[in-house]
Amino acid sequence: MRVMAQIAMVMNLDKCIGCHTCSVTCKQTWTNRTGVEYAWFNNVETKPGVGYPRRYEDQEQWKGGWMLDRRGRLVLRSGGRVKRLLSLFSNPDLPSIEDYYEPVTYDYDNLVSAPAGQDIPVARPRSVLTGRPTSVTWGANWEDGLGGAPEHAGADPNLTGEWAEKVRFEFEQTFLFHLPRLCEHCLNPACVSACPSGALYKRVEDGIVLVDQNRCRGWRMCVTACPYKKVYVNHATGKAEKCTFCFPRIEAGQPTVCSETCVGRLRYLGLLLYDADRVGEAAAAPDEHDLLDAQRGVFLDPTDPEVLAAARESGIPEDWLAAARRSPVYDLVMRYEVALPLHPEYRTLPMVWYVPPLSPVLDAVIVAGGDQDDPDHVFAAVTRLRIPLDYLASLFTAGDTDVVAGVLMKLTALRSYMRALEFAALAGPGRGEAPLRQHRRGLELIQRALVDADSPYRHLLTALCGLLPPPTEADLAAVARLAAEGPPAEEVGLDPYGHGEFAPPGTFTPPEQAAPTLAAPTSVTPTRQEDDR
Amino acid sequence: MNVSTADLLLWVAFPYVCLAVFAVGHVWRYRHDQFGWTTHTSQLLERRWLRWGSPLFHLGAFAVIAGHVVGLAVPASLTQAAGISEHAYHTVAVWLGSVAGVAMVTGLGMLCARRLLTRRIRLTTDRSDKVLFPLLAATVLLGIAATAAHNVFGGGYDYRETVSVWFRGVITLQPQPDAVSGAPLLFQLHALTACLLFAAWPFTRLVHVWSVPVGYLVRPYLVYRRRPAAAPLPARRTSTGASRRAA
Repeated sequence: MRVMAQIAMVMNLDKCIGCHTCSVTCKQTWTNRTGVEYAWFNNVETKPGVGYPRRYEDQEQWKGGWMLDRRGRLVLRSGGRVKRLLSLFSNPDLPSIEDYYEPVTYDYDNLVSAPAGQDIPVARPRSVLTGRPTSVTWGANWEDGLGGAPEHAGADPNLTGEWAEKVRFEFEQTFLFHLPRLCEHCLNPACVSACPSGALYKRVEDGIVLVDQNRCRGWRMCVTACPYKKVYVNHATGKAEKCTFCFPRIEAGQPTVCSETCVGRLRYLGLLLYDADRVGEAAAAPDEHDLLDAQRGVFLDPTDPEVLAAARESGIPEDWLAAARRSPVYDLVMRYEVALPLHPEYRTLPMVWYVPPLSPVLDAVIVAGGDQDDPDHVFAAVTRLRIPLDYLASLFTAGDTDVVAGVLMKLTALRSYMRALEFAALAGPGRGEAPLRQHRRGLELIQRALVDADSPYRHLLTALCGLLPPPTEADLAAVARLAAEGPPAEEVGLDPYGHGEFAPPGTFTPPEQAAPTLAAPTSVTPTRQEDDR
Repeated sequence: MNVSTADLLLWVAFPYVCLAVFAVGHVWRYRHDQFGWTTHTSQLLERRWLRWGSPLFHLGAFAVIAGHVVGLAVPASLTQAAGISEHAYHTVAVWLGSVAGVAMVTGLGMLCARRLLTRRIRLTTDRSDKVLFPLLAATVLLGIAATAAHNVFGGGYDYRETVSVWFRGVITLQPQPDAVSGAPLLFQLHALTACLLFAAWPFTRLVHVWSVPVGYLVRPYLVYRRRPAAAPLPARRTSTGASRRAA
């Protein structure tokens, strides 16, 4: 047993709202430089969709990851060592910039430097690669929220047969979820194995996979070998770059930038202990459906005294062992078994795992006319509706729908249980009602407003108010006064800060409006602006 | 010995200056610019021309370099002793050399063309490339022109008795400038641009030649590295230096 430690991540996909904050903060931290404008160490894809770069999951085309040869040995899909050296002059399986997208900037300067005129100045797109005006035809999240899905989403490599047709023609009835992706910091990294210079390496202490910028010679084999296409060529420096798992932050005890800035708080970071001696064997499991269990078999129980003794022998410090025992990643992956790896069939043993989303099943329940809040309906959907299950299985379990169904059942049960745990149910009727009684007047006011507006929700409020003690005279007077006063004045925008001669120094003064162009006889009164104020 | 000053400058001083720059330049670059030491691949930006141009150029160049090593370093007397007649040697040399040369020129032509015609690549072309590409093209074209003019279509010129003797003289530190001073102009120009190319070598992307990853063939697939020990902070070193060293 050779114990090593790995910083790993689990993302709870049901919580992802697709806001791209992780991608943007990552880019501002790591790739807002010349040469990597097109590179996103972290990106968020809409699924179903072709992804970034386009169709990167189609390993028949891109030759990423590992496979078993005819004798069952683990080999890189892009070929052996000799073949790799022979393709140094021209790599046949390297994506072009078009497979990512042509990076653009905009003529922002035109917005402030355009001469006064009748047209609103616009910032036109300009290619960063050629410096010339261009039109934007693709991007890292071009299909965001299923945009263009009828044209593109059918090309998603995870969709096959009738389901591809369904997405193409009935896309408004399909499901949608977001998939944030970054480097997987694999236990069996194909990029490291393909690097002719030995510039890519996996750190012994924390498993982070890095490119030594001083040793990289620009042979670009890592880009091909990585099945997730998360190694990029910097076209300005001629060297490979990739997600660093924010190692300077990790070393300082801070989370990665993507985790720290995640709006939905869906990323869990934690330590896993694993047996480095069993990595090769696990990656070579003959049946793809066994890869998940094989990888779990590589992880070690941080409470097992034998494991701890071996870990201490490997030089893993005590505070790291304590962190391994408190690891949320260990709990989600090993104890509750609700987290799954992305595309285990690539055989790289990836270390960014996902709690699969329940939302595709819930969407399917609605499409089928069921009630997504009724766990029985959801359980029935998990066992009967093949399509979302097949899709999730092709992403997370090499096509094994039983495993995905098991995880979704657990999530459904958990969802049902957590919803029962409302505050009042926990605190009892006395303490549970206290906040409602405290806001008696507000509830009364809302109820009246809903009744006035003839809203269907008025019944809910009426029923709720009926359960509470009736309002006092003072309550009714206060409600009447609130209703008569109306809502408070809005204090947003520039107006509250004063205008004209009362404006603070340096205030932006909009230029005079130009006269309307297609002016039919107008009756603009010159004093109208004053009147408005 | 009746050697003119010009010959001494051109065929002794100039080659040695170039070789000195070659050697010192490489040491300097290796020590100070590991980050810049790369093939500087542009396949990401353009692949259709590169797909044919780059293998043609590189494989052609390997054959041409091998031919030059044999032609320049091995004395004619040695091949004669091995039983290879002068005529046989030159026939093989011209045939193989022509094929390799044409491959190299075609490949280089394609690589130059994409660099000039593809705007994306033209914009990523740096100063060293602007020196390297013309210099390499001039050297290769002069070499193939010399072969074509004298040995394919001309009556035949035995460079092994002149240029090769000079080359071996330079390498063995016994320069013989008179050996090359009578050679045809095309051969002379080819030799001089080649010297310049050697001088420019360490300052261009040509350094990637020395990074041929042969070690990859025998290395284990997975590479693990330990974090380098963090450099201790100066302030802490003075106060707790002993305990840190002990740790």
